[in-house]
Amino acid sequence: MFGIGLLKGLFTTLKNLFGPVFTVQYPNKKVGLLGALKFHKKTPANFIKTQPKDFVKSLAGLHEVPEYPDQATRFRGQDFNWFEDRCTGCASCAKYCPLGIIKIETKPSVRDAKEGSSYDIDVFDIDIGRCMFCGLCVEACPFDALHMGSGFERANEKRDGLVIPVDELRTAIKTPSTWFRPQMENKNYKPKEIDAEIKDYRDIGRHEKPSDDELTERWVDER
Amino acid sequence: MSTELVTMNIGPIHPSTHGVFRMRVTFDGETIIDAEPIIGYLHRGSEKLAEERTYTQIVTLTDRMDYTASMTNNQAYILSVEKLAGIKPAERGVWLRMIAAELQRIAAHSVAIGFLINDLGAWHTPLLYLLREREKILELFEMMCGARITNSYLRPGGVFMDAPDEFWPSLNRFLDEMPERLNDIENLLTDNEIIVSRTQNVAVLNKEDAINASITGPMLRASGVDWDLRHRNPYDFYDKVSFRRPLGTVGDNNDRYLVRLQEIRESLKIIEQCLDLIEPGPIKPEEVPFLVRPGEGDSYVPIEAPKGELGFYLVSDGGISPFRCHVRAPSLMNLTLLRDMVIGYKIADLFVTFGSVDVNMGEVDR
Repeated sequence: MFGIGLLKGLFTTLKNLFGPVFTVQYPNKKVGLLGALKFHKKTPANFIKTQPKDFVKSLAGLHEVPEYPDQATRFRGQDFNWFEDRCTGCASCAKYCPLGIIKIETKPSVRDAKEGSSYDIDVFDIDIGRCMFCGLCVEACPFDALHMGSGFERANEKRDGLVIPVDELRTAIKTPSTWFRPQMENKNYKPKEIDAEIKDYRDIGRHEKPSDDELTERWVDER
Repeated sequence: MSTELVTMNIGPIHPSTHGVFRMRVTFDGETIIDAEPIIGYLHRGSEKLAEERTYTQIVTLTDRMDYTASMTNNQAYILSVEKLAGIKPAERGVWLRMIAAELQRIAAHSVAIGFLINDLGAWHTPLLYLLREREKILELFEMMCGARITNSYLRPGGVFMDAPDEFWPSLNRFLDEMPERLNDIENLLTDNEIIVSRTQNVAVLNKEDAINASITGPMLRASGVDWDLRHRNPYDFYDKVSFRRPLGTVGDNNDRYLVRLQEIRESLKIIEQCLDLIEPGPIKPEEVPFLVRPGEGDSYVPIEAPKGELGFYLVSDGGISPFRCHVRAPSLMNLTLLRDMVIGYKIADLFVTFGSVDVNMGEVDR
C-alpha cells in the first residue's frame, strides 16, 4: 500500500529522536547546577558565594563551561614539541618533509663537543601554515627530539603568526602526541591530562635502542 | 508545442555537484537534450608532484586524491610500490590494512548514499544518520593513525604503527552497533515511496555499455556484471576471507543505491573474519628502509576501491622517486557515461544520477 514506506521512515526518525545525543557542543556547553559544581569543583554554598550570577544561570541550565571533544592520544596536532637537549641539528626532519617547510640553521657548538650536542641551533622554524601534519618529520627523527603536538586551536589573523619560531619551541609547554612514539603509549600517557606533564626529554624516553640510560652511561665512560 | 532550446552551465560552484564540477546542459523545456561534463577545476598536478618526492612521501599525496577514501588510496599505492621494490609485507600489517580499507569502504559508501539521498531533496536527515556512522569510523582512524581524513597510515611493507589497545574494543562495539543502524537506514529509505518512484528506471545503464566504457565498482555491479577485484584478482589476503558480491538487476539509480548498502554489510563481515584471523607479530619487516630504492622497472596493481578499480602505474629508473606515476582513477572513468545516462530525463534526475555515480572531484582531476 502506498504510504507504508513513508510511515516506516517516520517511525525510525521518531525512535532516533529519543536516543542519546551524538553532537558535541564546542567550545562551550551549557550545563545545569550539578554539571557546574562538577566542573568548578565547589560546594553549592561556595558556588553561590563566589559566582552568584553563574549560580542563577545554572539553575536554568544555561551556565556555560568549556568543552573539549575527545581526542585520541595519537592525534597529530598543530604545535610541534621539540627538545633542544636532544636535537643534534642533523636536519633529517627538514629532508624528509614532503613540503620543505622546516628551516634549520646550525653552527658548530662552543660547548664541549660530546655526542649529540656538537651543533648549536640558531633557527628552527616550522611553517605550519603550509604543514599538512603527515608526521614524516617525526618518523624521520633519529633521536626522538621532535614530536607532534596535541593542540588544534592555533588560528591566526596573519600568515606570519603560523610560523613556529625556535624560541617558542624552546619555551612552550610540552604536550606531545604519542604518534610514532610507542614508548609513551606503553606508559599510558594522555596528552590532555594535567598530571601527565612532560618536563624534559628524560620523561619522553626512547623508542629505539640505545635508551636514555645507555646513552648517558656511554658518555660518562668516555670522559 | 515547440520550445526554444536553452543551454545552461551548472557549476562549477554548485551545491549539488560534489566539488568543482561543471556541466553544460541543453534543455528542451525540462528535458535534457545534451549534457557535456567539463572537468579540471581541481587539478593539482599530483602525478607530476610525485616525480620529485620519495616513495614514502608520495603516500601523503595519495590521501588527497579521493579524500573520502584515503585508506584505499594508500593501499593501492603501497601495493604498487611493494611489487616494484619486491618487498614482502608483514602479515599483521596486511591484516591491519585490510581492516582499515574495509572500514574506509563503509565510510565512503555512507557518504555516497547520504549525498545521493541529499540530492533527491531529503534535506540532511538521512545524510546525518549516515555521517554519524562515518564519524565513528573516523574516530577509529584517529586512534589508529592520528588523523581522520588524510591518514597516511600505510608504509611499504605494512603499516607504520600497530593499532593501540583501545582500538579493538571500539571496533567491536562499532561492529555490534552497525547492523542495527543499517536496519534503521533501510527502514528509512529503501521502501520510501518517494525515493523509489524517483530512482527506479531512471538513468538505466545496461551491461554492454558499462563494460565497453570500462566502468568499474558498485556502478558496474549494479548493472549486473559480477566483477569485483577482491574476488577476481585477490590482493592482500582477500583470498582468505569469504564474502558475497551484491548485484543489481536493472542498472538504474535505485540499484546503485541498493548495491552500496549491501556492500556495507559485506564489509562488516570481512572485518569480522579479519579479526578472527589476525595474529600478533611484526607490522612491518625490519629490513625495509625509510628511503625505498627499487630497481628499474614498472608496476601496476589494481585494487577494488569504494568507487571502482584504482591502480597506480609506477615507472622507476632506479632512483629514490618514481620516473612516472599515473593514476587509474575510477571516478574519472565512471563519469564518462554521464552524458549517455541522463539524455532524455528531466533536470531533477540529472543531480540524482550524478550522485549515484559517486564521483569525487579530487580524484577526477588529481
